[in-house]
Amino acid sequence: MTTSSEEILLQVPHVRYKKGDGTLYLMDQRIAWMMENRDTVSISHLYSDIKTQKISPEGKAKVQLQVVLHSGVSSTFHFINRGGIQEQSADRDRVKELLQTLLPKFKRKVDKELEEKNRLLSTNPTLLQLYKDLVMTEVVTSEEFWTHHAVQYTQAQKTQQQAIGVSGAFLADIKPQTDGCNGLKYNITADIIECIFKTYPAVQKKYIEHVPAKLSEAQFWTKFFQSHYFHRDRKYVESKDLFTECGKMDDQEMKKDIQTGVKDPLVDITTFVDKSLDECYGMEVEKTPGSSGTVSQAMIKRFNQHSIMVLKASKNKHPEPESSDSSPSNVKGVEVSSNSISNGISSADDAHVNKKIRIQEKITYEDLDSSNDTSNASKSILNLSKVERYLHGPMPGSNAEYLSVNDASSINRNILNECKQWQGGRQQTSNLVSPAAAVGALGELSPGGALMRGFQEQSLAQLVPSDIEKEVRNLYLSLSELLNHFWKCFPPTTSTLEQKAVKMHEALHRFHGTKVKPFEDKLIRELSPLSYHLTKHLNQLLNVAYQKFNNWQKMKTLHR
Amino acid sequence: MKLTIDDLIVYFPYEYIYPEQYAYMCELKRALDAKGHCVLEMPSGTGKTTTLLSLIVAYMLENPHVVRKLIYCSRTVPEIEKVIEELKKLLDYYEKQDSSYPSLTGLVLSSRKNMCVHPEVSTEREGKIVDSKCHSLTASYVRDRYSHDDTIPICQYYEGFAMDGKESVLPYGVYSLDDLKQYGRDRNWCPYFLARFAITHANIVVYSYHYLLDPKIADVVSKELTKEAVVIFDEAHNIDNVCIDSMSVKINKRIIEKSTANITLLERTVAEMREDDAKRLQDEYQRLVAGLKDASVARETDVILANPVLPDEVLNEVVPGNIRNAEHFIGFLKRFLEYIKTRLRVQHVVQETPAGFLRDLQSKVCIERKPLKFCAERLASLLRTLEIADMTDFSPLILITHLATLVSTYMKGFTIIVEPFDDKTPTVSNPILHFCCLDSSIAIKPVFDRFQTVVITSGTLSPLDMYPKILNFHPVIMSSFTMTLARPCLLPMIVSKGNDQVAISSKFETREDIAVIRNYGQLLVEVAANVPDGVVCFFTSYLYLESVVASWYDQGVIDSLQRYKLLFIETQDSAETSFALMYYIKACESGRGAVLLSVARGKVSEGVDFDHHLGRAVLMFGIPYVYTQSRILKARLDYLRDQFQIRENDFLTFDAMRHAAQCVGRAIRGKTDYGIMIFADKRFSRADKRSKLPKWIQEHLKDSLCNLSTEEAVQIAKRWLRQMAQPFTREDQLGVSLLTLEQLKSLEASKIEKQGQQL
Repeated sequence: MTTSSEEILLQVPHVRYKKGDGTLYLMDQRIAWMMENRDTVSISHLYSDIKTQKISPEGKAKVQLQVVLHSGVSSTFHFINRGGIQEQSADRDRVKELLQTLLPKFKRKVDKELEEKNRLLSTNPTLLQLYKDLVMTEVVTSEEFWTHHAVQYTQAQKTQQQAIGVSGAFLADIKPQTDGCNGLKYNITADIIECIFKTYPAVQKKYIEHVPAKLSEAQFWTKFFQSHYFHRDRKYVESKDLFTECGKMDDQEMKKDIQTGVKDPLVDITTFVDKSLDECYGMEVEKTPGSSGTVSQAMIKRFNQHSIMVLKASKNKHPEPESSDSSPSNVKGVEVSSNSISNGISSADDAHVNKKIRIQEKITYEDLDSSNDTSNASKSILNLSKVERYLHGPMPGSNAEYLSVNDASSINRNILNECKQWQGGRQQTSNLVSPAAAVGALGELSPGGALMRGFQEQSLAQLVPSDIEKEVRNLYLSLSELLNHFWKCFPPTTSTLEQKAVKMHEALHRFHGTKVKPFEDKLIRELSPLSYHLTKHLNQLLNVAYQKFNNWQKMKTLHR
Repeated sequence: MKLTIDDLIVYFPYEYIYPEQYAYMCELKRALDAKGHCVLEMPSGTGKTTTLLSLIVAYMLENPHVVRKLIYCSRTVPEIEKVIEELKKLLDYYEKQDSSYPSLTGLVLSSRKNMCVHPEVSTEREGKIVDSKCHSLTASYVRDRYSHDDTIPICQYYEGFAMDGKESVLPYGVYSLDDLKQYGRDRNWCPYFLARFAITHANIVVYSYHYLLDPKIADVVSKELTKEAVVIFDEAHNIDNVCIDSMSVKINKRIIEKSTANITLLERTVAEMREDDAKRLQDEYQRLVAGLKDASVARETDVILANPVLPDEVLNEVVPGNIRNAEHFIGFLKRFLEYIKTRLRVQHVVQETPAGFLRDLQSKVCIERKPLKFCAERLASLLRTLEIADMTDFSPLILITHLATLVSTYMKGFTIIVEPFDDKTPTVSNPILHFCCLDSSIAIKPVFDRFQTVVITSGTLSPLDMYPKILNFHPVIMSSFTMTLARPCLLPMIVSKGNDQVAISSKFETREDIAVIRNYGQLLVEVAANVPDGVVCFFTSYLYLESVVASWYDQGVIDSLQRYKLLFIETQDSAETSFALMYYIKACESGRGAVLLSVARGKVSEGVDFDHHLGRAVLMFGIPYVYTQSRILKARLDYLRDQFQIRENDFLTFDAMRHAAQCVGRAIRGKTDYGIMIFADKRFSRADKRSKLPKWIQEHLKDSLCNLSTEEAVQIAKRWLRQMAQPFTREDQLGVSLLTLEQLKSLEASKIEKQGQQL
């Protein structure tokens, strides 16, 4: 099939492919392999289809080259030059180098998109499931899928990833286990280590100092877990421990921070009292100074310190100014004090302005003021007729809302009729229920009977095998995605919305036909007693949508 | 809006008004008309301050000869600053409406620490040090010396003020602390003395309680204020304690030692002066003989030490002969100090009356009552004569003289208790002599007598009839207002048992019970897991907090708590606590959420607001009773029973419940705010406790919420939170908890109609 116009760039004999020996050709558009003594090309890949090439590592017995296609298919070529391994790898390297120069030229832009989509699908299992259910069954087209249904995923891709903060309980999450011989085993992961380093820079410093020069990593962490630093209920004043110094460093840091003071006047309780009298007036029991002696006091201090450091750890990551933060961050505070000599007045002014803003914030009653009416107008407000329903979801009995007027009136009539009849029966007889009816009622009330359906439904969860359950879940996932888009079209105020509604309606029908129906059939075959219950709600959802659509269509034709 | 209250036109600086604000104004107006005192309770966050200010300012403008002055007393510096900002807003509103600024001056007065602009002195953080440094730069003798010798440092701002500040009058307007500082800097005047001077003719003065209640300060600062004034005590739920504190003194070993050193120093200084400059001592003596009360020309900067007794008790007599001479006075002091030293050398607790103390003093060291009364004044005069700049060094001795003056002046309502050791550490000798005021009405009596209207107001004053009793006055109006709400924005619940049905309570017998502590922990963890943003917990005492935290750590409660939110704990160090608070706010603002463990009666519970997301739930672990074993408290309870017929239990419960209400009230700071209040103690559901909560909390505390287990409470809270998270607009409020002028008028008309029908 070699066309005459193609130019052969490289020809390598003695290449084995799937146990057949042959020749590898590199042409200007594609890579091809031809079995020995044949004249047809058995393998042919366009360069543009090739995603990447891989080679076997040095020193392996077989010298191989593999090309991987975008579709995921790969072909492996085995070089079997009789000249030995060196010859073989020389052959391989020639192919490799040529491919290396050729492949980039054929990389198309589309590939990137495809690849991106591929990646998205592979990283998001829900999206993949949706894709399988909707696109592969041709309920919606691939384009529609990517533009409408996967928007949130593709957009999420663009926004920058937020730095992950430190969990407040990361130390508590390191649960020790007994190792069976009167010892404790702590399991830590790289994540935990990172958390520790982020939160306690002093420990990181120690780590850099000691590992691996003086201690092995394992030894370091063993010491850490033995230390008083880790066990917060102990004091570390006297002990001569590797981490004593860390604790002291943390304390000093904290003391320094406290001394810079709190910028928010409404929080700084040291300045609350406006009285400058001696301590011995008044009735309050004097507290003895420097009484941070007890263990629990030290522990309380440690908890505060821990929380503060956890917060700091996540704050330090983004140094961008936080305009919303009413109390200036501590980092800023240090800055201010360092250059306060040059512009002491301006920083003092800053504090005043800050204070004033805080106080203004506190004294304004926004609901009394009329000025903020306009700001609210721009927001769209959720208008709920029944807040309860919104909060707690549909409740049993809400089905009644789907009754049409006709239904309602007929039921009403029935009830009236029944009432009349019942009145008549009351005087009639002394035996209330006929034996046959009683037996029937008992039958209905025993498990499996019509009146015990509620009972059966409760155990539904146990009856359904897990694969079916999964399938149901997938059905719900896809259906709710479709329905979501369907209901979004209402009320169809613009023509595009109308079109979309029609399209979604079709898609729903297709979905019904290709997914729900076969599933129901399967259920009837496999689990006959359940078949109806499992898909009842799905059908209900679909029917409501159809009904809505039909109503709308009717209205439209009426109006015309 | 402009509204009419009983023919008085009131400018209210908002477009809308809460119904309770209107009702509050009506009651207040009646009290002003009657020139009597009143007690008014209105929930926090309903705009009490702005209501008070609008009505009284309107009243002052309408009847300038009836009410000449408004004295607004609040508790903390931030509160004071808030009041002054509200006043600013109000007067700006007047200007906008009438296109002319009302001819009123409002200003704030605070301690030197907050007002000083001197480049060196103002850098000090300790109030006492600022005071004494200021004194050393501005005292009259320092300035005298400066006139001979230019190298003596003085304060340029005070000089500037003394030069030409007194002739000028502050232009109409409202001056906050920062405004005053700026004004002072611009003119080179001392803001502190400017404010001290200006309050005599300003129309509205905002300052701290102490400036009116503490005789040591009130005598210096508030002496000249006119009688035709309205005095407001805002956040007054603790006013009785402020009164008692301002009259009480305690002496420990350290004070004795330091006073001994003071006396030695004083003796030496007097001896030196006798040699160098005997004339000055002679002058002082002559003046005392001549009966001049102050033995020297009183200058405003010199009166840093005032009499510790109330003005009506200060004797206008000549200083008795036996202490006129400086050396004799020092000898007199020495004897008194020795006597106190012997009193401290006891092995068991002694309690006696001031009369008994004086009798013993007379028989043991021959000190009579009369010279003792003059002790404080005499020392002040001596220190002035000796030109001692640094008063802080002498504070122990000053304290001793204050004790002497107080004990000899007041025979009733006080007691003396000497405790040889702390009850918790009976082996460590730490003797303390308490001179306690038992009667809160003593300190506040001059205020009630002097000013025509005194308004006692707060968010939590229930039960209202207690305050007139303990402060011994007769209000013309007593009223409690509730909060009209368009949605139930507060959810009080009493959690009486844990999930295991064990009753939870902080009462003494079960306090250390592991099951109770665990249940408290579980409650907190559940709340932390289900409530967004900030959660604040209050414990009954710091000791209890400590022990609970320690057992929580052992039980793993802390660990599970940290999984949901960051944990912050109030400590006894206020700088440290402020810092933790700052980070608590940061944690709430960054969306992580945080738990703050705090103490009822602590500084946090008294002064920090947890509005909106800073406090979505408040938990009160136990009933915050005072430490009932305290002898001082027992003495006070006995006194209350004998004098005012208040039963011990009533008072204790009242005191505990006002603190509990104060704590939980921290979470609600307005009608758009919402918060859960959990009272975690079985005893809260008893009628005597429940009925002592403020009306606005009681209203929402339905019977179905009074006996819940942890699980039930959390379920209710979950439902409620979802409801509260819905958008809340003005339309929802309007007509129910918010009124426009038209609605107000129609409401008023219908009310009048109704009254007509009733007649």
